[in-house]
Amino acid sequence: MRPFTEVSGPAAPFLAANVDTDVIIRIERLTGVPRGELGAYAFEALRTRREGGPDPDFVLDRPLFRGAPILIAGRNFGCGSSREGAVWALMGLGLRVVIAESFGDIFFSNCFQNGLLPVVLPKDVIDRLAAEAATGAPVAVDLVARAVRAPSGTVIAFTVDPQRRQALLEGLDEIGATLRRDDEIAAWQARDRAARPWIWAAG
Amino acid sequence: MARTLLDKLWDAHVVADLGDGWSLLHIDRHLLHDLSGTAGLEALAARGLKVRNPELAFATADHAVSSAPGRTGESYAPGAPLWSGLKARSAEAGLHYFDLGQVGQGIVHVMGPELGITLPGVSLICGDSHTCTHGGLGALAFGVGSSELTHALATQTLRQRKPKRLRVRFEGALGQGIAPKDLILHLIGRLGAAAGTGFAVEYAGSAIRALGIEGRMTICNLSIELGAKIGMVAPDDTTFAYVEGRRFAPKGALFDRAVAAWRGLASDPDAAFDREEVIDVADVTPTVTWGTSPEHAMAIDAAIPDPGAAPDPERREAWRAALAYMGLEPGRPLAGTPVDWVFIGSCTNSRLSDLREAAALARGRRVAPGVTAWVVPGSEQVKRDAEAEGLDRVFREAGFAWREPGCSLCVAANGERVPPGARAVSTSNRNFVGRQGPGARTHLASPAMAVAAAVTGAITDVRRI
Ligand code: SF4
Repeated sequence: MRPFTEVSGPAAPFLAANVDTDVIIRIERLTGVPRGELGAYAFEALRTRREGGPDPDFVLDRPLFRGAPILIAGRNFGCGSSREGAVWALMGLGLRVVIAESFGDIFFSNCFQNGLLPVVLPKDVIDRLAAEAATGAPVAVDLVARAVRAPSGTVIAFTVDPQRRQALLEGLDEIGATLRRDDEIAAWQARDRAARPWIWAAG
Repeated sequence: MARTLLDKLWDAHVVADLGDGWSLLHIDRHLLHDLSGTAGLEALAARGLKVRNPELAFATADHAVSSAPGRTGESYAPGAPLWSGLKARSAEAGLHYFDLGQVGQGIVHVMGPELGITLPGVSLICGDSHTCTHGGLGALAFGVGSSELTHALATQTLRQRKPKRLRVRFEGALGQGIAPKDLILHLIGRLGAAAGTGFAVEYAGSAIRALGIEGRMTICNLSIELGAKIGMVAPDDTTFAYVEGRRFAPKGALFDRAVAAWRGLASDPDAAFDREEVIDVADVTPTVTWGTSPEHAMAIDAAIPDPGAAPDPERREAWRAALAYMGLEPGRPLAGTPVDWVFIGSCTNSRLSDLREAAALARGRRVAPGVTAWVVPGSEQVKRDAEAEGLDRVFREAGFAWREPGCSLCVAANGERVPPGARAVSTSNRNFVGRQGPGARTHLASPAMAVAAAVTGAITDVRRI
């Protein structure tokens, strides 16, 4: 996983509520497009005009925010499907941070697995930050200090789960860490075979 | 100390306490499908790792396969490598695998319970957000992304934080024409699509107790649309009767021993929840979505909401955009809006009881001219059972297409799509922008409401036909 310490740059305001992972990346793209190239298809439905052709007004396609590392999003961002491709597509656009009032639970955890930092802030704080960031002025997100610095210089503290923070800072490989506990897992399973034999009798 | 169903399920699977509220949880059952499962098995192989407990993993293709009669794994060309990859990797790793045409093939969330793979008290995951469906049997079941999926294949565990506890009690008796789908859409419309974020939901109350297992699964299925990755119903005699005799379920004395353990899973009477909601079932009418989020749900006899009357600017904007996408005008009745497509299927509503309910209404009626109506059974077993009862004939005679099991029109990942601008009434669970195909306009509803739309050619209150 890509480690994360600090990022700064333009923060694109995109405050629609309930942006789902189907909208972030269409499922068909996940069968045909390699993981590293999904960025080109992120938010496809919103970046295209109904009549066809690109919509230059979509916030991440405006010159000010093209390649922006931070997205300021609306309530329940990333709800819906568990597709981790949604995170890959956002990172493919160059994003490293999404700030929102709330996130879909599965998306939230997928973010941490890949080094995309989801930051939860209250709605009024987000609205103020989005207004300041609308000029393209840089916002800084510091995971070490657990703080967002707004263009005006205001410092906004955020909370993040300590274990997830540590894993992000180190770019930790969770599978490797859990594999080192294999003896514990084996012992648990041995006890479980006696306690709940029906789990192990399948088939 | 008094514990909830969630507490009991959780505690029973903790392999290690990782600190700060994190647990290493054992995963008893892992379901894999062609989209996320194939990729997960490949990611694992790329790291040089093995499936730790292949005997606990069960695979089938559902998302990216065609549902056309006579289909093969290659009928939908982009999905062919996923289907063949799943088959090959499953054989290599020694997982249980069910191929097209075999009992066991079908939507993972239909297949698991019907084969007795899903049991009360198990922890179960799948790389699919609707894994919450399995909670209808009293399982701790949730969807995961690719990274966690690979972690579970390699270690048979996951690192998880315990969610908060939300109990929703549905009290009262269902009125005529009211289905489990209406209960859950009503709830989401009332509480919003993010109300369940951070929670595991336990559904309880007299209306839930009175439901069969398939209805409970329909309700649990839409937990993720409420924002919760886990939904559950405490197992009871209805559950045990459903499980008994299924292929992978325990038999004989082992079954009795399991039931004795499962009886202890229900929340203790004095257990505390972080949040509680009560729905009086008498308030629930047939419910349909009008917009592009499942929270855009309305009673069939209400008027299409007016963005001008939205409670806040954010929702005003969301409602306006949703109405524009859906091609609807505020203030008018939704009933009577002409439809082009009807889809009866998906892990929400494609089980035998759903098809029976739909067929009972379709019998002797005709799909309206200009409407394309599909019935896609959830699994090979459902298909066979339905055909044995003659339901396929009822549907065909009424003008519905009877197709092969899979996700089909729920997801547009298999070459099957509702065309741009076309309006569909669908028994699935997501009305997102583009979900059923770019530009497709989806109205979520119960199987009975879907049939009502098909035979009248318009969104219609099923109680009036
Ligand atoms: S039927 Fe639809 S919601 Fe269910 S698993 Fe398939 S794609 Fe997902």
